[in-house]
Amino acid sequence: MRLLLGYGSCGIAAGTHDVARVFDTMFDGKDLSITRVGCNGLCFAEPLLQVVDDDGNDHYYGRITQKDAKSIAQSLLEGTLPNQNQLSEEEVAFLTKQTRIALRNCGLIDPENLQDYRAKGGYTAFTKYLKASPADVLEEMKTSGLRGRGGAGFPTWRKWEAAAKEQSEDKYIVCNADEGDPGAFMDRSVLEGDPHSVLEGMLLAALAIGANHGLIYARAEYPLAIKRLQTAIDTLKEAGLTGKHILGTSFSFDFKLMKGAGAFVCGEETALLASLEGGRGMPRTKPPFPAQKGYKGKPSNINNVETLANVPWILENGGAAYARLGTEDSKGTKVFALAGRVKRGGLVEVPMGLTLRQVVFDICGGILDDKPIKGVQIGGPSGGCLPEHLLDTPIDYKSISATGAIMGSGGLVVMDTDSCMVDMARFFMDFTSKESCGKCVPCRVGTTAMKEILDKIVEGNGKPEDLETLKTMGESIRASALCGLGNSAPNPVLTTMRYFPEEYEAHISEGRCPALKCTALLHYEILPDKCIGCTLCRRACPTNAIAGEVKKTHVINSDACIACGSCAQVCRYGAVLVTSGKAQKEVGLHA
Amino acid sequence: MELLVDLQQKTSATLQKYPEPKDALISVLQDVQEVFGYLPEDALRCIAAETGIAASQLTGVASFYAQFRMEKPGKYQIMVCMGTACHVNKGERVADAVREFTGVEEGETTPDGLFSWEEVACLGCCSLSPVMMINGTAYGKLDKDKVKKIINDLRNAEKGGEGACVCS
Repeated sequence: MRLLLGYGSCGIAAGTHDVARVFDTMFDGKDLSITRVGCNGLCFAEPLLQVVDDDGNDHYYGRITQKDAKSIAQSLLEGTLPNQNQLSEEEVAFLTKQTRIALRNCGLIDPENLQDYRAKGGYTAFTKYLKASPADVLEEMKTSGLRGRGGAGFPTWRKWEAAAKEQSEDKYIVCNADEGDPGAFMDRSVLEGDPHSVLEGMLLAALAIGANHGLIYARAEYPLAIKRLQTAIDTLKEAGLTGKHILGTSFSFDFKLMKGAGAFVCGEETALLASLEGGRGMPRTKPPFPAQKGYKGKPSNINNVETLANVPWILENGGAAYARLGTEDSKGTKVFALAGRVKRGGLVEVPMGLTLRQVVFDICGGILDDKPIKGVQIGGPSGGCLPEHLLDTPIDYKSISATGAIMGSGGLVVMDTDSCMVDMARFFMDFTSKESCGKCVPCRVGTTAMKEILDKIVEGNGKPEDLETLKTMGESIRASALCGLGNSAPNPVLTTMRYFPEEYEAHISEGRCPALKCTALLHYEILPDKCIGCTLCRRACPTNAIAGEVKKTHVINSDACIACGSCAQVCRYGAVLVTSGKAQKEVGLHA
Repeated sequence: MELLVDLQQKTSATLQKYPEPKDALISVLQDVQEVFGYLPEDALRCIAAETGIAASQLTGVASFYAQFRMEKPGKYQIMVCMGTACHVNKGERVADAVREFTGVEEGETTPDGLFSWEEVACLGCCSLSPVMMINGTAYGKLDKDKVKKIINDLRNAEKGGEGACVCS
């Protein structure tokens, strides 16, 4: 029997440490023990224990508290399967409906144990191709049809081929682990759950292009991923799989890990290189492409984490096996990080060609509290917001681009009717204007100017002509910014304007926020027939805008009210009414 | 306050690890920040003097990245996530609660030196949104009461003189 306890950042935040302590204590001196594994993607059910029985069947136990852990451990010690905390069939289907390649080992192996990875076939592709020619690796990659999973979707083999053609004593393979899109956590999970798959992917890429150095640029906000990567690098060296003349061949290779310092723009490959070289992370014009002149002017390939994690599988199982999955133009699988107002948030890896609706509803169970869905945000700050009627769009590069969004790196944030699309657009413009590196004018000035217009609109001071200005500015930034991140920065605004024009209209013409989100347009009052005078709201109000005595109806002074919603959060009687123009709702815990 | 001599010694010792500090400037600055908790101006001057990198260039790099701080932070550094999922799940309320219970604005440190806080782009714990992180430990599914309890627990642990436990 194997006991696998989810030990990713998400599991730890959900309380896995405490649960693990209980298991460790109870199993001390017994012949049972838990294996600490990375996140298996069922983030909605953490802390999570997977029991693999002696027949190889999986049993899942979720949302485990310390108290649960005691009785679960007791059952296991008695040799019986616990009959508590089991995940429902539907919840388990979240996992069984997926096709896992990049995530194949996540949640199933101890990420800090090389033997665990090898037992799953790890490093067989590397040792096999170590004796083959670079052309063989490129050929398999070409057959697989794998495209870069970081966002741009450029064919991986072609990028490698360009670097392979260059003559140089030193070449670099760089792993972009600077996952910067807010709302995306695929790379973090792979790095925490299966770091060796990424390292093996880099080794294979190195064989293809003739690189002798590997650099990993990882986000500093991911301390656990960095720790596990470093452990993996160290164990690989001890095992003789890196260093000089690996396994007696002429191939020498070393890894170096560097922490990013918190700049979204460093996800752009030339900016990442500038940062690796110790400077400000600012992109430069291409060509020359990094494949010709990259790190320190040497030929370099920059690949994303998920792309690299796919590589060992492709070379072990063959490019054709990978290409059998997916669609004509988009082969293989894609990992999505589902978050927001969705029932089962977590990691989902599916073959290309499935629709967004299948992912959100069939796999992730639909919307929290069964509210109506408003749309999904795909592709982060470079992507767009798609409305409900576009959920039947198949997930492939071409179809997603046709909507005005992009496939992106895999962030998929689900929004219900409580999300305001103008507010979402403002949120992303705020993000890109703060993260703009400042090198080119369209991005530096343009994103700030667009954000200022959106600020006016959410405050109810928008003018009808603002919409045309936003559109013109968006299109010119798209056409003239220096790098891909700048070019795509207007996408969230342009897509929300295209698919949710009525929301912009309501804010501008009627001073109304239909989703009741934009605080400047909200009005709070207390319903006399529901208020019992419990004083909770009065005490919660940060601006002392509420007056009232015990057991007497309370009243909000709208001049002092800042529409923060604190009163609605604490009211237990549904007595707080929020309105914005025509839209209104009564709120409170028992409303 | 660090003594200047002490500060220079510590900075020099950090620099020793880097044969070519210019190429690894970000790592150098990260290490120096690790030592002091922030980048003291005198440490930057010391790096400039020892490496020949212009002080303006050092400041240019340090100010470019969100991670580097020029002011001494609190013992507990709270990072409030402002990512998309947290935004959709009302993360701004977490920021409001942190502001209320620490009593300081973003970027400031409490007078007792215990807490400082900042808004950050995304902590990658989106499925547990809204989220904040304190000294590397993430706390998920937050509301006002949870934030209050976490901050008060840390404060009380300090008052009691116990080694503060930041475990979740």
